[in-house]
Amino acid sequence: MPEEFRPGCQQPMIKKKKVEETAPESQATIKEEKTMIKVGKPAPDFTASAYYQGKFMNISLSEYIGRWVFICFYPGDFTFV
Amino acid sequence: MEVLTISVDSIYVHKIWNEHELSKMIKKDIPYPMLSDQDGSIGKMYGIYDEDAGVETRGRFIIDPDGIVQGFEVLAPPVGRNVSESIRQIKAFQLVRESKGTEATPSGWKPGKKTLKPSPDLVGNVWKVWEVSEAFED
Repeated sequence: MPEEFRPGCQQPMIKKKKVEETAPESQATIKEEKTMIKVGKPAPDFTASAYYQGKFMNISLSEYIGRWVFICFYPGDFTFV
Repeated sequence: MEVLTISVDSIYVHKIWNEHELSKMIKKDIPYPMLSDQDGSIGKMYGIYDEDAGVETRGRFIIDPDGIVQGFEVLAPPVGRNVSESIRQIKAFQLVRESKGTEATPSGWKPGKKTLKPSPDLVGNVWKVWEVSEAFED
């Protein structure tokens, strides 16, 4: 479950999956295909810092297995649409 | 249904946006987590990160309880989404899942309207049980 953390002077560190080392081009192409989003395929997991009802916490998509999830990306806070 | 929103803004900006604007729109705090993806890495995985502008486009993804992507839509920044349509799609996917795939929702379906029950008998016979006008009515 998400754990609250206290903010320091910097954005908290998040353990992200290591960026895969630069691979030869052929392999890079395969990698790109693997990360393409498709319906019927697993949603890529991630962990991110979050603001939620007065608290800061880290949230992973994998914590939500067993529930429907609606993920909504948007260009930026304080934008108009 | 759990909602997660993501942008490249920091969690501190999320906090201030909630406090200074969003909470005034809805008369309470935003009821879901606002995630920060400052390096765009999540957006890149989901194919909606705009490298030139350094922001995430209006991508939205419906993920089922098994972690499987059931649907997505991506809009360029100037056009906002139709939230009602997203909710309709979620309800449709939930209905299909609850029926264990025995029911499907035809074009224009919304809660209360009839579903179709795919079977060999239905092949070639959809015209008997469903009219094109049903795709357009409210």
